[in-house]
Parts: sequence; C-alpha cells; structure tokens
Amino acid sequence: MTGTELLPGASPSVAALAVIAVVLVEAALLYVGYGFLEDRIGPTLFDRLRRI
Amino acid sequence: MFGLLGLSPGLFGLFIVFGFMVGVFFGFFGMGGSFLVTPALLILGYPAPVAIGSSMTFVFGTAVIATLKHHDAGQVDYRLGGLMFVGITVGIELGSRLVFGLEVLGIAEAVVGGAYVVLLAAIGALFTRSALADEGDHDAEGDGSNRDAESDGGDDEVPAIAKRIQSYEIPPMMTLSDGRRASLWTISGVGGGVGLVSGFLGVGGGFVRMPAIYYVVGTSLAAAVGTSLFGGLMSGAVGAFTYGRAGVIDLGVVTALLLGSALGARIGSGATAYVDEDDVTIYFGVMLLLASLAVALGEAATWLSMPILDRISFVLLVGSALFVCSVILYHGVLAVRDERRSAPSA
Repeated sequence: MTGTELLPGASPSVAALAVIAVVLVEAALLYVGYGFLEDRIGPTLFDRLRRI
Repeated sequence: MFGLLGLSPGLFGLFIVFGFMVGVFFGFFGMGGSFLVTPALLILGYPAPVAIGSSMTFVFGTAVIATLKHHDAGQVDYRLGGLMFVGITVGIELGSRLVFGLEVLGIAEAVVGGAYVVLLAAIGALFTRSALADEGDHDAEGDGSNRDAESDGGDDEVPAIAKRIQSYEIPPMMTLSDGRRASLWTISGVGGGVGLVSGFLGVGGGFVRMPAIYYVVGTSLAAAVGTSLFGGLMSGAVGAFTYGRAGVIDLGVVTALLLGSALGARIGSGATAYVDEDDVTIYFGVMLLLASLAVALGEAATWLSMPILDRISFVLLVGSALFVCSVILYHGVLAVRDERRSAPSA
C-alpha cells in the first residue's frame, strides 16, 4: 500500500506527507505501547528467566 | 487488514520477524541494521526505488523511537541537527535523483546492489577485524578492565582530528549546544555527504553519520550518538518525503518492520546491560560479510538467470541475521540466569 493508494487523487506532496504522518503515529504508538508492556511484564519475565 | 496493507499474512509475519532482528541489532550495537533491509527487499524482488524508499521510511520510524529515548537522557544537540538539515536534504535529493536516473537506464538494481556488496563487506571486515583485535588485547591483558577504564574516561573528550579541524575557523562559525564551535561549512559538508549515502542506498547512515559528527564536527561521544539519531530522523523524513512523492513507499512493509523493530530494539538495548559486546561482535562482522555474499548472489541470480541463487541468497541473509540475533538473546538469557546464581554468594 502506497501513499497514492492511501489518499487517491491527492497531490504527490500531500500523499508523501500522509505517509510520514502515518509512520510518525505508528512509531509514537509503538514507543508508548511497548514501553507500557515492558513496565508491566518486564519484571515478571526476568523473574521467570532467573527460575529456569 | 492484510488486504488493506497489501501484503499476504506470511510476508507480513516475515517482515515482523526481520524487523525484530534489525531492532535487536539496533538496540545492541547502536547501528540501525537498516542496511540489511534494502538488500532483503531487493532480493525479494522489490524494485530499487521501492526498496530504498520503504527502507528510508522505516529508518524514519525507528529514528523517531530512538530519538525519544535519547531526548530523555539529554544527549541530542538539536542545534547541530538543525544546522545539518540543509546538507542532509540536498544530499538525499542528489542521491535519490541518481537512483531514479539509474532506474531510467535500467541499471539501478545492479548499481545499488553492487554498492551494497562493497559496503557490507567493508563494514563486516572492520567489525571482524576489530573483534579479533579486541580478542588479542584481552588475551594480552588478562581482562578488559584497563581498556574499559580508558574508554569511559575518554567519553567526553573530542578526538585530536576534530580539534584540528575546529582550529581552521572558516566563517561562518556556529556555536554548538555544549559551547564548542564549528564551521557551518564542516557541518553542511558532513550533512551533505551522509545525505548522499542515505538517499542513494536507503540507509539511515548512522554508521557514517555518528563517526562523522564525532571525528569531523567534534562533539562528545554521547552527543554524537544522540545527534546522529536525530539526524537519522531528519534524513528519514526527507527521504520518505522524496520517495513518497514518487509513490514508491510500501506502507505494509514499513508497518510490519516497525512492529518488529520497536520490540527488538527494547530487548537489544536491555541486553547490553548483561551481554559483553565483545562476545558477539565477531558474529555481527561475519553476518555482514555473509550479507555481502548474499547480495552478490542475488545480483548473480539476475545476470545468470538462476532463480535458485536468489533463494540461497535470501536464506543466507535472513539465516545469518537470525543466528546472530539468537546468539545475543541466548547470551542475554544465560547472563540473567548467572546473575541469579551469583547473587546469593555476593
């Protein structure tokens, strides 16, 4: 899926900016989401590894 | 969902796994490993502009996440990054024009692939040589304590070559965030050179940019790492815009790679606290040499019309990356377990 398919009929610059915006949002969500997961299950995971 | 992103579930999963491995390398070695993404996409049959554009957009996403982390530690010189922006933009524009020009001539894949063979072999040889030299030093010293102490002590030092370059005051001179001064020409030159490499090969260029900021512009090592990541964010954004305007960025590929790399980078950076880098650096070097061989085989597959070579090269590229990633994780798990065993007696 390309920027052109994301916003059919949009100018090339708008389509390119849309791609950048989508990736920016994805990166921010992943940073927050994985950070939350790390805080929640990180200690448990380390504890499990130590018990193996 | 997969229809929307334009990828089959199998390919989407493959990119997540590959992104995870790239993320582990990024978190552990501080190098994006993005220079593995473009070759992998080329081997999978993506046209060079799509492979490079998607790789640069992936670099942008990865750099956003990494910069957020280093921003918290106060290791990003935004002023220097901002000054490099013009050079980076011009360099990427030139690099991308070169790629599209070669595409018109029908030789883009061959030239970019050839450049990758040389680049991966050179970096791989450097890593392998450095690992072997370190091993020799360890044997001679008994342990690495002296070397560690030296490198820690020199963290805030500016290398002699950077001091010499800074001594040539070519106006206009710019004051960096830490009070040091550098010529705008030096800063723009570094930005332009790295931008050209980024735009032409679709890499973040961290392996060139970080040493260039440290040795040529002259900052502390920590600031060079943080500012290099911010530079990666800017070059990724400019590259994504340049290639995005041409409509050649595959969002499905970028999304899948980011899903894997964001997790891998956290695990890789966590592993640095447990795993001795010297234990795995040699594997990383050998992996890059194998990746160089894999790209060469991919090129040979096209020239000789032998699709089997394409499969071998893909297995070689992914297999070697998977092996090194497993070595890092294995050493990490062992270190965590050893920590528990040694804790009661400590």
